[in-house]
This record gives sequence, structure tokens and C-alpha cells, in this order.
Amino acid sequence: MRLLLRYLRIVARGQLRYRSTFYLNLFGQIALPLSALAGVSLLFARFGNLAGWTAHEALLCYGVTNCAFALSELMARGFDSFSSILSNGEFDRVLVRPRSLVSQVLGARLDLSRFGRLVVGFVVLGWAVSGLSVEWSFLKAVTVFLMVACGALLFAGIFVLGAAFAFVTTDGLELINVFTDGGREMAQYPMTIYERPMRFIFTYLIPFACVNYLPLMFVLDKGSSPFAVLFPLIGALFVVPCLAVWKAGVRRYVSTGS
Amino acid sequence: MNPYAALFRMRFIRGLSYRASAIVGVATQFFFGLVFIMVFQAFARSGGSSLAPAQIASYVWLQQAFLALIMVWYRDRELLSTIAAGDAAYELCRPVDAYFFWYSRLLGGRLAGAALRCLPILAVAALLPDPYRLCPPPSVAAGLCFVACMALGLLLIVAITIFAYILTVVTLSPSAPFIFITPVYEFAAGMIIPLPFMPEALQQFLRVLPFRLCVDLPLRMYSGSIAAADAPGFLALQALWVAILLPLGRLTLNRAIRGAQSVGG
Amino acid sequence: MITVDNLRKSYLARRRASGPGQALLSLMKPNRERIEALKGVSFSIGPGEVVGYIGPNGAGKSTTIKIMCGILEPDSGICLIKGRVPWKERKAHVAGIGVVFGQRSQLWWDVPVLDSFELLRDIYKVPGKEYAESLDELVAALDLSGFLDMPARSLSLGQRMRCEMAASLLHRPELLFLDEPTIGLDAVSKLAVRAFIERMNRERGVTVILTTHDVHDIEALAKRVILIGKGEILYDGAFDALMARGGSSNLEEAMASIYGEMGIA
Repeated sequence: MRLLLRYLRIVARGQLRYRSTFYLNLFGQIALPLSALAGVSLLFARFGNLAGWTAHEALLCYGVTNCAFALSELMARGFDSFSSILSNGEFDRVLVRPRSLVSQVLGARLDLSRFGRLVVGFVVLGWAVSGLSVEWSFLKAVTVFLMVACGALLFAGIFVLGAAFAFVTTDGLELINVFTDGGREMAQYPMTIYERPMRFIFTYLIPFACVNYLPLMFVLDKGSSPFAVLFPLIGALFVVPCLAVWKAGVRRYVSTGS
Repeated sequence: MNPYAALFRMRFIRGLSYRASAIVGVATQFFFGLVFIMVFQAFARSGGSSLAPAQIASYVWLQQAFLALIMVWYRDRELLSTIAAGDAAYELCRPVDAYFFWYSRLLGGRLAGAALRCLPILAVAALLPDPYRLCPPPSVAAGLCFVACMALGLLLIVAITIFAYILTVVTLSPSAPFIFITPVYEFAAGMIIPLPFMPEALQQFLRVLPFRLCVDLPLRMYSGSIAAADAPGFLALQALWVAILLPLGRLTLNRAIRGAQSVGG
Repeated sequence: MITVDNLRKSYLARRRASGPGQALLSLMKPNRERIEALKGVSFSIGPGEVVGYIGPNGAGKSTTIKIMCGILEPDSGICLIKGRVPWKERKAHVAGIGVVFGQRSQLWWDVPVLDSFELLRDIYKVPGKEYAESLDELVAALDLSGFLDMPARSLSLGQRMRCEMAASLLHRPELLFLDEPTIGLDAVSKLAVRAFIERMNRERGVTVILTTHDVHDIEALAKRVILIGKGEILYDGAFDALMARGGSSNLEEAMASIYGEMGIA
């Protein structure tokens, strides 16, 4: 963990050095999720509800998903940009150092600029929670916390999977964006608005439903048993096979040296 | 051959060869398109939408298909790495006008990107079941006006984006100016949500800015949400903005290149 | 051909902060300091000369070169090349010079070298017949035929530098600026490049201004050197005489001791 803090300090110093670039980046990183939020808010302002879900209900989903995504982006950007780490020889240096591979890759691209989305996500979450007319309990609060934390692990798992593909190809990599950015765009809203094939993919293939929709139903008193609090943990397990695939990729890389 | 045309042609042909990333891009955009349509249509079902479901579908599909022509995030990596290395001044070592040279290469690259991706997306979108299907325009006039507005919109957006490259000359950051301009542009142009879904007062304000002329205008012209009869006025407005931004950009660029020289060796 | 008189140029450079506290402060108030790159530089160069322009890093070499190329304007002083003020008549001036900057390529990365050449032909408006002759000559002289159809990014450094040389001479300029043309090259390539430069000067009378840290380049090519240090001309004369002052038969040691003697090491 001390290593992590040191990485953070180096990154912070690097990013603070250039004034105008810093301000431009800061504005953009805040404005980007903000403009998306503005869009959603305007939609609710005009239409009132989203296929039966009220603004507060839908935005609970929105806030949770964005917080989870922002957290995973903050931490796991090293896996997201893994192809660049591979191509410029950084990974060879990583392999030589006496530290865990995963923590090194995580630290390689620690990115403070993604804070904007996290802040926006929290604000939305706070607003949604404050306006909801449900009975809150400790269990529900834990559920919401788990939705964010496990959601972050889920997204991180997708990043890791993308990094695993980086070992074998450079061209098809963007496809992973369908599941990271695309996954976020989709998971932002309650899944009932989507068609069945999509719901299937995002329940059984990449278990967004576990960290997102199912616990949501519980929190909003729309059914589901209190065991729904366990669903996010199941969803977080997704990262395990992803890491296994990545580690297999590392083994292959080390043995073939390419 | 005219050097600007030659560079345009070279960039265009080169852009057409990026097939692998285009295939992936098409798949990505297709997915996003579906999600956006489902979200917008789910909202619109509550009633009071000024866009019919089919118009929503066509708006989103055209946005995805022609993304290369309307997005502000299009970055010419080779040019940006030259600028970020501090070598923008050396572009002046050639007996051409730096601004128009950059303009030509950006134009060529964008058209290639669009050419690769639009047909697959449009083709598949046209075959989807209702209400996600891309329907043809309500009249030939609407279709023609769409093409015309798109063309002028393209000239306009390159003129706008060059300012991001100018900012890169000044800041030496190949990404910060784009990170800055993207959310502003995407919101104001109607890429986040269509302008008709915004409150009237906000729409009026955004109509003053040129950004909507690159996205909102041509896309809604296609589906008839903006009347074809109004096209001449809009085309004139687009031309006016281009006439203002082109010389302004050129002046600013030359200033920036000359002013941003750092200490050499 | 080249007359330079009392050129002065200073820059505002950002002072980089060290430590996080300083870095945060620099966000609010930038630290700028004025650096005098050129403090009254004067020399003149006749047609057909090969001149080595040398000095330690930060001495003002590339500032002078940029001014002579016409891409930078001095604060004061005169610079006349073939009777023209470079930065005032940029396009006309630049059309008659060739440039090779070792650290930066003028070829396009990802298109075949020949395509880059043809684009340069269009940029410099070289008539077809003249281009064909020039190209054949240069390809033969530099042995480029094996990789003209390969993109620049997949060439070795030696191959790329030879292509850069050819690219700079396609339009038959009378004046050639070479900045570190042999940097990073293996011995065989270095000799090839030097031989080629010498030949261009001898057969075509091309005036060459060579900026390099490689003392052997200078020894092979330039009888005359201009030594600049801390923005001032410290020596302008025969290379041999300068090296004799260094008191060593090893050229690098001689150069280092001369720098030390002049207080610019």
C-alpha cells in the first residue's frame, strides 16, 4: 500500500506541473460526466419518468454505476492501457521487479483525472438517496455500498480481460470498450428498458445484473429477498476468472517472449 | 497536383486502410446506438416527445454512422505527436500554408473514417425491426438537404476542431484541449441528447452557437424534424460560420506557432 | 548568399517547479524567466560553402537555424538569404532550401516513402521531368531502391536518414540545413551520408550548413566552423586551426577542452 501512495504522489506531481494543461484536463474531466448527467436530468425534466421508474429510482442506478465505473477507472487504468504498457517495453521492466505484477500494473497508470466522474457519481447518488421514499435500513445501506464496490470490481475485471487480449492482438482491442463504456452506458439505467437479448448478455455473461439491477430491486422495495445483498458479491467474483485469463496471458508471454 | 489536394488524397487513402479498427468501431458504435435508442424511446413513451420513435432511431443511427464527420474527438495522431514534441514550427519549413495543409489532412482523414463505417451501420440499421429501424427520409428533398447540410457541417467542424490543435501547439498536450472541448461541443451539438428534448430556452441559446449546425441540423433534416424548406437559410448560416472561423483559425494558428517556440539548443 | 548581422533573440521560459508545494504554487502564479538565446550573432556564408555550426546544447544553434529557415523572427538584427528576409517572404524563401532535422522526420510515417516523395514534389511544385531526374539521381546515389515502397515507420534509422536526405534535395535547393544528420547511425551509414553530402556540395554546389555534435562529421565535411556558445559567436574560421588549439589528437577531447577553455562546457 505504501507503494501505491508513492505512485500517487509521483503521478500527482507530474500532473500538476503544467498549468494550462491541468486546467483544461480538469474542466474536461468534470464536464464530461456532468454533461452526460445534464442530459439525463433534462430527459427527466421533460418526460417525468423512465418507463415507470421515477427520477430518484433511476438515478440511484445511475449514481451507483458511475461511481463504480469511476472507481475502477481510477484504479485499473493500467489494465485499460495495457497494450501501451506491452508495446513500449514497460511490462518487461515490470516482470523484472520484485513486486506483485498486478499491483505494479495498477500503479503504472494511476489516473487522478477520473475524479470528476466519481464526484458527479457521488452527487447523483446522494441526491437520489435523499429523494427516495423508501424505508432505509442498515442492510440496504450495506447493499448500496456493495453495489458500488463490487461494481467497481466487475468493471475492473473487464479491464483485466481486455488486458489479457492485449497479449494476442493490438487491433481488435477497442472491442472491449463495448463492455466497459458500453456496459456503463447500459447499466446506468434500470435494465427493464432493454430488449431481452441485451438483458441476457448483461445478466449471465457479464453479471451486471448482480451488482446493479437485482440489489436495486431490493433497495427500492420492489421485490427480491434480503439475500439480494449477497448478489453484488457474486458479481464481484467475475474479476477472478478475468485475472486467471490475464495470468495465463502473462505465462504465455514469458515463455514465448513476444 | 495541388499540394493540399494531394495531402487530402493521401490521408483519405491511408485512412481507408485502417480496416481492422473500423470493424471494431462499427461493432462498438452499433451497440451504443442500440442502447441510446432504447433509452430515448423508453423516455419518450411517457408522452410529450417532439420526436417520433422513428425519428429518434434515425437520429441515433445517423449519428453513429457518420460519427467521424461530426465528432470533435477526431485526432490525427501523427500530427499531434509532431505538435506535442514541440515541432509545430517546422511545419513552416514547407512552402505551403500551414493552416490549409492541416485542414486538408484532417478533412481527408475524417472522410475516410466515415466512408469505412457508415455503410455497414446504415445497412444493418435499415434491416432492424421497428421501432429500431432506420427509415428512409420522408422526401427526396429532405435527403438532399441532409447531404448538403452534412457537407457544410463537415467543413465547419474541421474549422472548429483546428482550434483544439492550436491549443495543443500552445500547451504541448495532445489530449487536454480535446478533453476540454469534447463535453462542451457534444452537449451543445445534440450528441448527448437531441436538442428537441431540451427546454425551449436552452434550445434557443444553443441555436446561437455554431455547434448544433454540425450535428443537430443535418440529422434532423434527414428525418424531416427540420423542414427541408428551411435548408437554404441554414446552409447560409453554416457558410457564414465557416467564413468567420477559417480566417480566424488561420490567424490564430500562425500566431501560436510563432509564439510558442521554446528554447532550443 | 547568407548574411547575418547582430541577431538577437530572447525567450520567456517557464521555470519548472520541483516538489509538490512548488508545483501547486505554479498553478496559480507561473514562474517565467527571460532567456537570451542570441546576443548579437553575426556571420556571412558564401555560395557553395560547407560550414559546421557547432556549440554545446543550449548555445543558440537551433534558434539561429530557425531564424535562417524563416520560421522564427529575431528580436533585432539582420538576416538576408539570397537577398531575402526569410521570415518575411517565408514561402518563397523556403521553396529554395532543403532541411534535414535528425530528430524529426519530414516523411509521413505510415505511407510508402515514394508517396511522401510525390507529395513533396507537389508541395515544392517540382516540374514532372525535373522530379523524375532528381528522383533517379538521388535513389541511385543513396541506394534507396530496395525500400521506396515501404512506410517510413518500418525503416531502420540508417535507411530513414538516407530517405530524408533524398527528400530534402528533390526540389534541387541551393541551400541545405542539416541538423544532426548522422545521429544514431551505424558506421557504414554515417560514411554513406557524409559521402553523399560531400558529393552534393562538389557536383551541384549546394551550400551546406551542418549542425552536429559529431566532430568527425565536421572533420569530414566542413573546412570552416562557426562556434557558438551562450548566444555569442566564439570562433569563426578554419576547423583545423580550432582543433589545433585543443591540444589533443583525439577530436572529442580537443573539442571538450576548447569548450572548457571558452567557459561554455
